[in-house]
Amino acid sequence: MMASSYNAKDEDGHITVSGPGGGTLRSKKPENTAFKQQRLPAWQPILTAGTVLPAFFIIGLIFIPIGIGLYVTSNNIKEFEIDYTGVDMSSPCFNCSQNFSWNSTRPCTCTIPFYLDQPYENNVFMYYGLSNFYQNHRRYVKSRDDSQLNGDLESLMKPSKECEPYAYHENKPIAPCGAIANSMFNGEPVSCCAHQTHSSFHLYLICLFTSLADTLELFYNDPNGTKIQIPMTATGIAWWTDKHVKFRNPTDNANLTAVFQGTTKPVNWRRPVYELDTDPQNNGFINEDFIVWMRTAALPTFRKLYRIIPKKNSMVPTLLRGNYTLEVVYNYPVRSFEGRKRMILSTISWMGGKNPFLGIAYITVGSVCFFLGVVLLIIHHKYGNRNNSADIAN
Amino acid sequence: MARESEDAGMAKASKVKRQKKKKTKENKTRTVQANILYDNAKGEENPNRHYANNKIKTTKYTVLSFLPKNLFEQFHRFANVYFVFIALLNFVPVVNAFQPELALAPVVFILSVTAIKDLWEDYRRHRSDKEINHMDCLVYSRVERRYVEKYWKEVRVGDFIRLRCNEILPADVLLLSSSDPDRLCHIETATLDGETNLKQRQVVRSFFDLDCDFDPLKYNSVIECEKPNNDLNRFRGYIIHRSGRRDALYKENLLLRGCTIRNTEEAVGIVIYAGHETKAMLNNNGPRYKRSKLERQMNVDVFWCVIILLVMCLFAAVGHGLWMFQYGDKRPVFDVLSPEGTDLSPIMSAIYLFLTMIIVFQVLIPISLFVSIEIVKICQVYFIHQDMDLYDEETDSHLQCRALNITEDLGQMQYIFSDKTGTLTENKMVFRRCTVAGVEYSHDANARRLAMYQEMDSEEEECTSHGGTLPRRDSVTSHQSAPVVLRSQSTKSHRRTGSRAEAKRASILSKHTAFSSPMEKDITPDPQLLDKVNECSSQMDFMRFHSQPMSQLPSDLSDIIDFFIALTICNTVVVSSPNQPRQKVKLASRKSLLSSSSSLITNRSSNKGCSSMLSSPSAESTLTKLDEERPPRGLDHAFSPVPPCYDGKAWDKEEGELRYEAESPDEAALVYAARAYKCSLVGRLPDQVTVELPHLGKLSFELLHTLGFDSTRKRMSVVVRHPLTDQITVYTKGADSYLILILLSFSKKIVYRTQNYLNLYAADGLRTLCIAKKILSKDEYACWLQRHLEAETAIQGREELLFESALRLETNLQLLGATGIEDRLQDGVPETIASLRKAGLQIWVLTGDKQETAVNIAYACKLLDPEEEILTLNAFHTNFAPFEIYPSSSPSSSSSHTVPFMVHRLGLVIDGRTLAYALDKSLEDKFLAVARSCRSVLCCRSTPLQKSMVVKLVRNKLKVMTLAIGDGANDVSMIQVADVGVGISGQEGMQAVMASDFALPRFRYLQKLLLVHGHWCYSRLANMILYFFYKNAVTLIFWYQFYCGFSGSAMIDQWYLIFFNLMFSAFPQLITGTLDKDVSAETLQQLPHLYVNGQNSEEYKPYMFWMNMIDAFYQSLVCFFIPYFAYADSDVDLFTWGTPITTLALFTILLHLGIETKTWTWMNWLSITFSIALFFTVALCYNASCPTCYSPSNPYWTMQRLLQDPLFYLLCAITPVAALLPRYFYRACQGTLFPSPVQVGRQLDKLPTEIRRNILSLSRVKVGSPLSPKPPFLSLAKPSPKGCNKKDQRSFPSSNTPPS
Repeated sequence: MMASSYNAKDEDGHITVSGPGGGTLRSKKPENTAFKQQRLPAWQPILTAGTVLPAFFIIGLIFIPIGIGLYVTSNNIKEFEIDYTGVDMSSPCFNCSQNFSWNSTRPCTCTIPFYLDQPYENNVFMYYGLSNFYQNHRRYVKSRDDSQLNGDLESLMKPSKECEPYAYHENKPIAPCGAIANSMFNGEPVSCCAHQTHSSFHLYLICLFTSLADTLELFYNDPNGTKIQIPMTATGIAWWTDKHVKFRNPTDNANLTAVFQGTTKPVNWRRPVYELDTDPQNNGFINEDFIVWMRTAALPTFRKLYRIIPKKNSMVPTLLRGNYTLEVVYNYPVRSFEGRKRMILSTISWMGGKNPFLGIAYITVGSVCFFLGVVLLIIHHKYGNRNNSADIAN
Repeated sequence: MARESEDAGMAKASKVKRQKKKKTKENKTRTVQANILYDNAKGEENPNRHYANNKIKTTKYTVLSFLPKNLFEQFHRFANVYFVFIALLNFVPVVNAFQPELALAPVVFILSVTAIKDLWEDYRRHRSDKEINHMDCLVYSRVERRYVEKYWKEVRVGDFIRLRCNEILPADVLLLSSSDPDRLCHIETATLDGETNLKQRQVVRSFFDLDCDFDPLKYNSVIECEKPNNDLNRFRGYIIHRSGRRDALYKENLLLRGCTIRNTEEAVGIVIYAGHETKAMLNNNGPRYKRSKLERQMNVDVFWCVIILLVMCLFAAVGHGLWMFQYGDKRPVFDVLSPEGTDLSPIMSAIYLFLTMIIVFQVLIPISLFVSIEIVKICQVYFIHQDMDLYDEETDSHLQCRALNITEDLGQMQYIFSDKTGTLTENKMVFRRCTVAGVEYSHDANARRLAMYQEMDSEEEECTSHGGTLPRRDSVTSHQSAPVVLRSQSTKSHRRTGSRAEAKRASILSKHTAFSSPMEKDITPDPQLLDKVNECSSQMDFMRFHSQPMSQLPSDLSDIIDFFIALTICNTVVVSSPNQPRQKVKLASRKSLLSSSSSLITNRSSNKGCSSMLSSPSAESTLTKLDEERPPRGLDHAFSPVPPCYDGKAWDKEEGELRYEAESPDEAALVYAARAYKCSLVGRLPDQVTVELPHLGKLSFELLHTLGFDSTRKRMSVVVRHPLTDQITVYTKGADSYLILILLSFSKKIVYRTQNYLNLYAADGLRTLCIAKKILSKDEYACWLQRHLEAETAIQGREELLFESALRLETNLQLLGATGIEDRLQDGVPETIASLRKAGLQIWVLTGDKQETAVNIAYACKLLDPEEEILTLNAFHTNFAPFEIYPSSSPSSSSSHTVPFMVHRLGLVIDGRTLAYALDKSLEDKFLAVARSCRSVLCCRSTPLQKSMVVKLVRNKLKVMTLAIGDGANDVSMIQVADVGVGISGQEGMQAVMASDFALPRFRYLQKLLLVHGHWCYSRLANMILYFFYKNAVTLIFWYQFYCGFSGSAMIDQWYLIFFNLMFSAFPQLITGTLDKDVSAETLQQLPHLYVNGQNSEEYKPYMFWMNMIDAFYQSLVCFFIPYFAYADSDVDLFTWGTPITTLALFTILLHLGIETKTWTWMNWLSITFSIALFFTVALCYNASCPTCYSPSNPYWTMQRLLQDPLFYLLCAITPVAALLPRYFYRACQGTLFPSPVQVGRQLDKLPTEIRRNILSLSRVKVGSPLSPKPPFLSLAKPSPKGCNKKDQRSFPSSNTPPS
């Protein structure tokens, strides 16, 4: 279509034409180069059964072992998962999920016993898992201000309009602003529901995350009857770059209270951001629980790293085989949006968490390739010679 | 001065009427006065101030207007509007999906690429304008009283300019003075019409007799002429002198801008039209725009894409509405409220989401498709230009693509309509045989000579193919240095002209072609006829010596000598000698011939004469001459031999090198033929022709009048005074069918015999011409001349009057004889036709020639086959339109015309008159039904209009792709009507080339152009377009909507999303689209059947679009769900998950291209490597550049982390394999089980050269697969036995592809 504006004269302007007065004429003979004559040396693969079948076999032969390897690796990963949503009558948390009362000043606690049938070596990662939580919703994902989180003082006082309607509260800028932060759990679970009666919805969210944050306590039931709390670390769970580059407190000043002066906490939060932790290296915007939450999940069913159970020494497994108790302070029913809450304990391999899919996929694709290779071999054997030169010459 | 007043008197008498008429149309004329009269009062008083000045500006834009105007033009394309609309939609907060500024990027990029291209073109135009505007010319300045140098742009209407030899005219100038003694000025009009022959222009009559130099200061006349128009061949007006006398102005007085002054030392003229009002500029039309078939098909599919897009958006919108609905009043926390804090109802959200999805899915409509197609087409054109095989060494010309956007149409042609003369044949006429006075002279020796040339030619061809030069062309190169002088009035009709640059090129082209080769020159005379000529001339010599009247000569002998005289003088051939400027030859001969003092007056007046049919001066002077008492001359006066003062030796020496330059090659052929009989033309002046005869020496015929050739009369005549008999004789030469009708009735016998021979000649494929003469008495002539002059001076209907006048003269002619001229076939024509036909192309030849001639040429070039049956359609009754079909070769076939019989292969021959009926509305369907069942169709005696009507009919009714090829003005309309017009840049000017889309130097190049380049262009572009649709349809985001509540969220970073098509995946497909060769050029030419591929649009069928869509659907599923499951229920975040998806979509898309790429050159590898490298480089830089920017994705350090993740590599390995498995497997199976002919051709390519050659030489071998489901398409083979064909034909009577 654009060629309508072309002139033929413009197009082949590379041909110099001497004026009408004559003069020397340059021959217009095209150059005999491989490029201009379209004779560049080229590899010309012809796709026939005969030429292609080695590729299929090779792919098959490479993929199947990889798949087996992956499958085995994945199977070696130990993972334990408890759904404590309490949907079932039998679940210890059923009462909590049913008896939820906004007026209750006391959180509902439930204790879930479970049995690890094998010891967990190395570092054990503890995740909380959520289902049907659309952290990838378009408007939700946008609802944050990265420069505020990066410690920009101007953004601290003037949050981006992307944060609306969670940018200002009572004419004070919210820090951290936006829906993502707003829906973050608070570090303090106590009486979360006490004075939020007017907005039932936002209320339970606080409680939800409060419960997630603080009530996941793991106890090892020693065979001799004692209950030993498993030590867990809350640092090292976020990306290094997030913690050190992307998220920064407005100043390195230890007195965060002064820095956040003039801002207000997110509506749903119980405490301001500078009281998330007592450790100054894990407080404010650089609190790792906060950072992990801010990295929005890709899919509606996701898990987020909650704590790491560091290995003690190489001789003893981190988690011994035996009975454990998960104590949950259950404050929030996710059932209103059909959500599920889980606690996951997992070890990790070089390829990440437990996921047999990739291994199966490799084995499947490899087998299909191999099978197709065989089919092609048959085709080639039966019909392949027909087009070959000898035949044509006949 | 006496002459001048006489002239004026004559003119006045004849112009009284005209003046009256003119006055009523005063407002339609332009009045031009000399500027120097108003020099002091510049501005207001100058009557020329309203006229455009000579500054030209062909640029479209100015600095200020560029942006708005260019944008306005670009928004004429719907796609651009659409993309801008989407980009603007992003600025609406409720629906925006991307950063608004970023979303503008692609459309701004596309628009600016186009704008930059336009700007560059415009700048080039500006530069060339500037260059032209600043050329120098001499303009008379009143202040300095001399001519001063000025820029072209300063020239104004009414200025006097002085032109010197070889200068280019700056404006349209009325010629007022010339240094030429004949008051002539020669111009070369190559820049206007591509013809290099010189045209004569003459000084305005009133200024004829200025013996001294023209003095602008004395000039005080007023010129009235037409308003500016673009008709190059028309200029009317008159000049009013102060005395009140008016003189008419003709186009012969006007020098057009852009022409070059030749052979004239100096000329002075007054500017009439300047700048943009010049005829040359008014003729400068832009190129036409054609849309190719492929593009039309593509647009349909773009439309489908839009529908798919809308369906997907609707689906997402409904989904979102439902998703919202299921939560009821309790809004989950992730469903963020609107910025105002209000929540939306599900229905409103769905509506907003619909718009958002249009933005998100915009990639489905390929924004870069149009730009990419442009780029690829330009590259394709470049390669076609560069093809050595399409370069003609003889003319130093190669193929020109004048239309840039229909290259792929070349690969889809189904019908070829070809002209014959000059296209199939060389248009190099060779005298072959003749008949005089009913006796045939077969010229056997001549025939043998020609046969020898034929052999030589074929040997030469081999030479050239090995890089040798053509020995035959030596003469051509030697000619180049000589100035070309051709004194002829161009009788050709109005031309389309293109840009100056094109015309320049054309002039260089044609410089080489106007000369005759030795083959045409050296004619071996028939001994019998030669004897007769000798005998006759010796008798005449004897009679002259004894002062006997010539009429006593036996009539057959006098016929013979008359015949040759007619051949010699009845033409517009100009004699020139290569070594000396033409003027000197002329002067010398004049001196030598006009020795008698008594003829001085005649001489003087004849100097001013002009041989033109339209020019009255010569006629007037002739009249005066007739009135004069001729002084009784001695015979030695009338035909004095070479005067003693002249160096005879030198003359003789020169004579051998005399060269004839003719308007049409058959004229030259006849003159050369006559020379072979020692009857040679030695000089032509406006008023006399000098002929050298054996024994008689040089005779000069006083040329009284020339009635030029035109296509309606189909003949030309000259009126001369015979020097021996002193009779006024009319010699007429013309097409036999027209001439026979106006012959004297008494010589029936000769006419009958001649007619027989003519039929014989025609059967041999010769062009026939009849020669006749007539003797006029002085009174008759005077009477005719009187009326002729009236006709000439008439302003209204002059053409018709002149035509009638010519008819009055050309009656009752006495037949002298007829000639047969051979128009040789061009090299390789039969082979080309055969292979084009094998390629499934229907070839129709549309010619203006006689039926017999055409049929024979058709046989010669294998268009008709002796084996096939010829249907001839001739209308016998002019009043009715009976469709009579009779089989000419076989008596057995029935003559039903409604049901075409399929017994044999058929050829159809139809003549022009019948064609007129056949093209009638009521019969055209029947005609087509007959025609398409024939293997070849030949239309003879067809007019240019009929040619174009036939093309239009076939094109519109049969819905086929048509190609018209021709070389002459008569093919222009046909070329313009066809889907693809091809011009042969041959001998007949450049009109066809100017009107064409492609210009070829030779017919045989059509083979490579269509079979190779056409095929390549088509398959490349078709594959690229399909790939584009596929690539854009890999819509991963759509699947994601199921997992994000149909909220319009995208896991792919918006930067990747927007630049994916524009940058990351753009280059490999361009390289493949430009360079991919499915089959090698050699194989394509040797297996023309492969061309059927393009004719049936097999590379791009509607179902292929859908197959590609389904494939894209599948591939996007794989690309989405493998990462989905691999990362299911993990702590992966949105963009850390989206980036691998992008990466492996890129890999999949590139590998897909790899499967579709047939030839891998280093450029393919490079482009793919570059694409991947570009993606990773950009991603790494982008992900490291800013920790807080690029909201909302904020992909800081994502790619860096991914590159450390083994899972990423595992995904990148498995996903493309899984995605492409079906296609790869299908291609492999197809390659083995049911290969398309093209694939078989490719397999042939792979074979070692020797084996391949063997196979191709046995091209009758069936290459297709016996098991294939579609045998007729797959068989590459040459047809199978005849019986099979018959069957095929019967069962598919409507199939338009001929049995291969």
